Amino acid sequence: MTDVAVTGANHPAAPGGVARLLEPLPGPGLRGHLERFGTPPRKVDLIAELQASGLRGRGGASFPTAVKLAAVAGRRRPIVVANGTEGEPLSAKDKILLVSATHLVLDGLALAAQAVGATDAVVCVERTATRVIAALEGALAERAAARLDRVDVRIAGTPSRYVVGEETALVHWLNGGDAKPTTTPPRPFEKGVNGRPTLVQNVETLAHIALIARFGGAWYRTLGTAEDPGTTLVTIGGGVARPGVYEVEQGSGLVAAMRAAGLPGGPPPAVLVGGYFGTWLDPASVAEAPVSVAGLRHLGASLGCGVVWALPADVCGLAETARVARWFADQSARQCGPCLNGLPSIAAALDAVVAGKRSADALAHLQRWAGLVVGRGACHHPDGASRLVQSAVEVFGEEIARHARRGPCKASSAHALPVPAGGSWR
Amino acid sequence: MMRLAVDWIGCKGHGLCAELFPERISLDEWGYPIIDDRPIPPALEAHARRAADACPTLALLIRMESLTGR
Repeated sequence: MTDVAVTGANHPAAPGGVARLLEPLPGPGLRGHLERFGTPPRKVDLIAELQASGLRGRGGASFPTAVKLAAVAGRRRPIVVANGTEGEPLSAKDKILLVSATHLVLDGLALAAQAVGATDAVVCVERTATRVIAALEGALAERAAARLDRVDVRIAGTPSRYVVGEETALVHWLNGGDAKPTTTPPRPFEKGVNGRPTLVQNVETLAHIALIARFGGAWYRTLGTAEDPGTTLVTIGGGVARPGVYEVEQGSGLVAAMRAAGLPGGPPPAVLVGGYFGTWLDPASVAEAPVSVAGLRHLGASLGCGVVWALPADVCGLAETARVARWFADQSARQCGPCLNGLPSIAAALDAVVAGKRSADALAHLQRWAGLVVGRGACHHPDGASRLVQSAVEVFGEEIARHARRGPCKASSAHALPVPAGGSWR
Repeated sequence: MMRLAVDWIGCKGHGLCAELFPERISLDEWGYPIIDDRPIPPALEAHARRAADACPTLALLIRMESLTGR
């Protein structure tokens, strides 16, 4: 490893195009990173710049980043957690970012720590993601050799569970417990890791922070919309020729993004936006959908963690949703009654709809249960399952009628959506 | 202003709350409370407190909110 001299002398220009975060793999070492972006500024009113930038969290909840930092800043002995767990099976953007722009994420972590007065931090990554962990270890060693950071950073390898990335679950696991959500309040910003005020930020959010700290909130707004400024990472998959992670301008067209990923021919029969916590969109909605939080909200959808999955023509969206509904039930932490009971009931009802058995009854039960689980848990796991299933009922109405008449279709056995088995809670 | 909330991890579905405060609490088919989220008028506050005190797992929570919001 070569030592890198850290000087404050270089001030490269801000990135001009849409590719603000993503570097070709493998990402640059520390020297290349600093040549491209310059050293992280020591003196910047980060919270003010974040406020001006309008940056919102990219882990799925879209919470204003400045507000989150301000809630922790000034509290006694805070700690920062970089959340790269990415439990969403269709999402790859956090892992790709951690390998391609490792130093940008670590800059953001150091800057966020500096802004809230934290002297230590943890980067959380799924422990099976060995390539990501190796990239982080290498980058941290480079930064230590260059004495770049004033914050101690350690890496924590998390269990492979969907809810592990939920803030309170992650904090509970870091404190030695199961990776299951806990009752709020207290929220992590009040009482988190070892009882300390804890700032949990998604790794993509941290990478944006690293750019905003350098180039300012006004620069950040030179792309995107007033409500959703800047760029965002999306993971595009399903029926496209070049599935992968793309950086797109917020407010740009969903169809254009899928075309860039090699969407062939006409619009797909449906698109799943936001991942398993997300919403199916019908072709009419897809045609007008922008890639932005506010734009998708108008269509009753959410960008979530940026998953865009085009349903291939030879795959049954109804049967795929049923498999995911079963997976949601299996992934439940089984702590809260409505989730513990409701999700298996919803999955069974959807299985019956796919099988075309007593479909009308099953559908009535399904819709009642999907309404019943919302807002009745320590976390939003049941809310996500409910949203997905209800959107499937809306978008796949014709398929539901067809299954009721003829039973499962040929495309029902495609098994296109991944449903990874649940691992350890520790 | 008084509102009811549930600690969903703590709640084990004993159902006493719905017995004691049927004006605002019913049970779903699995025995877990369905809370009417409207603020509780002063006349019903004693019922709400009684239901919260009777919960075996202390999972029925009373939240006092100022009128200016949280």
